[in-house]
Amino acid sequence: MSRNSADVVVIGGGVVGCAVAFELAQRGCTNVVLLERNTLASGSSGRCGAGVRQQFGTELNCVLAREAVRIFEKMDERLDYQPSVEFRQSGYLMLAYSDHQWEQFQRNVALERSLDIDVKTLTPRQTLDIVPFLNIDGMVGATFCQEDGHANPFHTTFAYARAARRLGVEILTHTEVCGIEVENDQIKSVVTDRGVIATSTVVNCAGAYSGKVAAMAGIDLPVWGERHQILITEPVEPIMGPMVISFHHDFYCQQVPHGSFIMGIGMPGEPKGYSIHSSVDFLEGMAVTLRQLLPPVAQLRVVRQWAGLYDRSPDAQPILGECPPVERFFNANGFSGHGFMLSPIVGVIMAELVTTGRSSIDISKLDAGRFARGELVLEPTVVG
Amino acid sequence: MTDDDIIICRCEDITLRQIRELIAQGYHTIDEIKRVSRAGMGPCQGRTCRQLIARELAGALGVPIEQVEMPTFRPPSRPVLLSTIARGEADE
Repeated sequence: MSRNSADVVVIGGGVVGCAVAFELAQRGCTNVVLLERNTLASGSSGRCGAGVRQQFGTELNCVLAREAVRIFEKMDERLDYQPSVEFRQSGYLMLAYSDHQWEQFQRNVALERSLDIDVKTLTPRQTLDIVPFLNIDGMVGATFCQEDGHANPFHTTFAYARAARRLGVEILTHTEVCGIEVENDQIKSVVTDRGVIATSTVVNCAGAYSGKVAAMAGIDLPVWGERHQILITEPVEPIMGPMVISFHHDFYCQQVPHGSFIMGIGMPGEPKGYSIHSSVDFLEGMAVTLRQLLPPVAQLRVVRQWAGLYDRSPDAQPILGECPPVERFFNANGFSGHGFMLSPIVGVIMAELVTTGRSSIDISKLDAGRFARGELVLEPTVVG
Repeated sequence: MTDDDIIICRCEDITLRQIRELIAQGYHTIDEIKRVSRAGMGPCQGRTCRQLIARELAGALGVPIEQVEMPTFRPPSRPVLLSTIARGEADE
């Protein structure tokens, strides 16, 4: 380990940690060490569905997602990355299967339009113009935003990491955090299995393990792991543009640029835990729902299935910001399935908070203290 | 044809030159090389290429090949039609 002190230690080498490290360095804060116990993108970032959407039911989520999309649009140039983070704005088609859900979608669309997010409402028949082989039985309506899309999570993470390194950030993989020394509510150092780094500031980007990292600093942070599963098919010619998502079926499916279809479905009763073993019941449930909603896609072969962890928080919303009583312990975790899509703006916000104490978007509602105050953030529009 | 043009990953058309460039860029595990290049993500799931990549890594890093960490194999062991899996469910 070449540095034994740092202005900021970022814990976690997923896309959020790498984005935070880059944005800190971009603001002149270059004495940063990022610690990752495995390899970059080895956790949730490298296992995610990689969708990027702006269609949400709370103003803050819409604004965060909109700003993330604006950064994704120019990411290759901004991070000087080749080949590409592969951001494609092929849209999100969100399906409603009940009047109640449709009313919620219409409220969302009004909110999104007020925030300059271009979302259309569609009748079931109109969705066939976008996905001709979609089974519309039972569908009440749908919403579509062309500017939503997806990016390659591996390249996005590596792009941030490379750009951060160029600016002087030290990224240590295969380095596990074992402890955080705190005296009188002030951070003194981060202890790793390869040495100690003296620091006053920690950014906790440890995904599903963020609760465990916070506990090392004596902080009770309600973030835990929840297994979610995905499969991917053999590649075929492009036949489907957007991410198709149904909260009723707890289902999402998208054809990625490589030609494969990537898809996931919620598994009821998934316990808190850290297992990333995939299961055959997921494969069966996925195949049955897929055959029902997108019949031709069920004629493809599944090549691979895997599992990863949501970093769940009690209200399934992110936890961002400083975490009293410990000073300069910042959280960027609890994303509950939306960490990848929000990572570009989260990097900016955290770097602003660490370097200036304030952020360009007010994220005070997303502090860790909201659970104790009983002020949970309720987002009506999530899968799983 | 030079050695560098040898195809290492036949599913994704990744050459030995590409693998060597990635190792030189600092991608030092099979998992990282897989994630950045797709080597090993095709229908055969890396049955041939991961051994070859492991050998390249061992040579480049100067470690015995058994010290190169092997990724997990992800199911299914062979590609399977999703409609076949769906028919296995008692839904009719």
